[in-house]
Amino acid sequence: MSTTHTPAGHTPAGTTETAAATAALGTTGPRTWRTAPPDVSGGWRPSGALVGYVVLALALLLVAPAVLEPFRLGLLAKYCCWAIAAVGIGLAWGRGGMLVLGQGIYFGLGAYAMAMHMLLADAGPEGIPDFMNLYAGGVMPTWWEPFRSPVVTLVAIVVVPAAVAGLLGLAIFKRRVKGAYFAILSQALTAAFALLLIGQVKTTGGFNGLNNFQSFFGYSLYDPANQQMLYFLAAGTLLAAVALTSWLNSTRFGELLVATRDAEERVRFLGHDPANIKTVAYVVAAVLAAIGGALFVPIVGIISPEQVGVTASIAMVAGVALGGRASLLGPAVGALVIGYAETYLSESFPGSWSYFQGALFVFVVLLLPGGIAQLLTRRSKKEVPA
Amino acid sequence: MDVFLSQVFTGLSAGGVLLLIAIGLTLTFGQMGVINMAHGEFLMAGAYTAYVMNTIIGNAEASLLLALPVGFFVGGLLGVALEAGVLRWMYRRPLDTLLVTYGVGLVLQQVARDIFGAPAKEVPGPSWLDGSVPILGYDFPLSRLFLLALSLAALAGVAAVLKLTALGRQVRATVQNRDLAETLGISTRRTDRITFFLGSGLAGIAGVALTLLGSTGPTIGSSYIVEAFLVVVVGGIGQIKGTVIAAFVIGVGQSFLEYATSGSTAKVIVLALIVVFLQVRPQGIFAVRTRSLA
Repeated sequence: MSTTHTPAGHTPAGTTETAAATAALGTTGPRTWRTAPPDVSGGWRPSGALVGYVVLALALLLVAPAVLEPFRLGLLAKYCCWAIAAVGIGLAWGRGGMLVLGQGIYFGLGAYAMAMHMLLADAGPEGIPDFMNLYAGGVMPTWWEPFRSPVVTLVAIVVVPAAVAGLLGLAIFKRRVKGAYFAILSQALTAAFALLLIGQVKTTGGFNGLNNFQSFFGYSLYDPANQQMLYFLAAGTLLAAVALTSWLNSTRFGELLVATRDAEERVRFLGHDPANIKTVAYVVAAVLAAIGGALFVPIVGIISPEQVGVTASIAMVAGVALGGRASLLGPAVGALVIGYAETYLSESFPGSWSYFQGALFVFVVLLLPGGIAQLLTRRSKKEVPA
Repeated sequence: MDVFLSQVFTGLSAGGVLLLIAIGLTLTFGQMGVINMAHGEFLMAGAYTAYVMNTIIGNAEASLLLALPVGFFVGGLLGVALEAGVLRWMYRRPLDTLLVTYGVGLVLQQVARDIFGAPAKEVPGPSWLDGSVPILGYDFPLSRLFLLALSLAALAGVAAVLKLTALGRQVRATVQNRDLAETLGISTRRTDRITFFLGSGLAGIAGVALTLLGSTGPTIGSSYIVEAFLVVVVGGIGQIKGTVIAAFVIGVGQSFLEYATSGSTAKVIVLALIVVFLQVRPQGIFAVRTRSLA
């Protein structure tokens, strides 16, 4: 595509690498629509982003606990878990241009690690989870053993997904597998992961997954006060995740990531290795997804292959697309809105959720590639990279 | 020897199914840069076509043969509708076509659920596909032999169209260099539409054929689509011969691994091997040299 000779001002998407690179690196280029100033703020002026962030924080930490009944607050806590993963997708996809369709893997790694620990904690010092008595003849695999320790579990929730994402990311990006190939590959890996979970009934609970938890680090899950504590934990983590990506975006790494998205070859010529830049973003996204997954387990009370498979992984992308993938708050807000819409629509009109979700993908991607954030900032949709 | 042969044959017929699904994908991906996730739902439409034909005709012997061409048109028309309604606005945005067509697929699945209900439907196979033929001392089921023959026939058909007809020349020209083809007076819009019709029609045929192997449900397409895309990626996008090799290698390899381990472990190993393979050849077995996709 880069060999195509197209007159300036008449450029189809994908052929303006150099122009966008010039822009992203801060020098001037011909005035085509891809040469807007570096979009490091993702369409949000710093002040606008700050105001939005404060509004989100107030809404999550003060308004929601005050007005929502406990059941609804629990649902909001669940949406927060998805939103934490969505913030990571925003970084990898919106900033880095990597369409990650496989965040379910990392969500699942975090969730299953947490679930294993909670089951073991409930079972007592020498006990084993009930389902193993049922399916595995009372034998626990040795690699479950370390998850008795809360510290090991918390470390594993971060380290295991980071290691998997780091290895996969380097393997894939060093060989310059990108774009559509990467998307398909990440989707295939998710399918494999879900199959693996279903297949290993004796260690993962198979199709039913892990459930029936009693306590979270010693706190009973049935106590309303603890449920509220979990909500604040999830909401606080979400706000911290947004703050983290905001900081990352403002660093040199954030600029390099956007530059890699818009003009990978140019970044390479300048002496950076795009594979490393992409891998870092991919690892951060993976860890955020894993943390979301780890919080999901005590809040929802179950983790099963259904919640981490291909469909769930793509559903996580829906919220990001709706909110605006390249904006700071878009992915988080989009994921919260989608979570609410899913609950509302499937409660009120069973079956209509699929139509809505399908239509959402079509209309947002086709007509509003910048998501809701694009409406708020009144930018031309063409300024959002494909 | 018996086990070896039976795994080879099972793998070949599985590869044949993959091939039937993947040819259409590789055509539309290679030529138009469209990642059509709704391809699986076109397949589903084909399978339900077989079910409807069977219900209307009530004669399993004839309905399969009639369902094949009808399924081709149902799949093809759905494809043309998708192309004309949505995709023509988003050429050269492959990642976005992936999401958009995934959305269309979700809608189609729900449509199927609303029309036919969520439980899977059985389509009785014709009696002339019951039983098996002895090949080299191994009893090979006729229905699987039919699948293999069907996919080879479809392959021959596509190859003939691409190699021998004016349309085929235009398609190949468009794949290799869309802008140059346009300059030479080829209507790439028209070529796109016909290609999409052909590719989606093949998905319809594949769907009809799949009713011979099992029951038909709203999610039948999504269970095949990921594997079909892997075949396309491994084969090299837009490369028919690469797709053929990849489909049969993956089909046979999976069949042996399934015998050695279990169904799910085999799929995981196949995926791991594909990741390793992409380390060696990121562009697949064969690569289009003239233009790079995103």
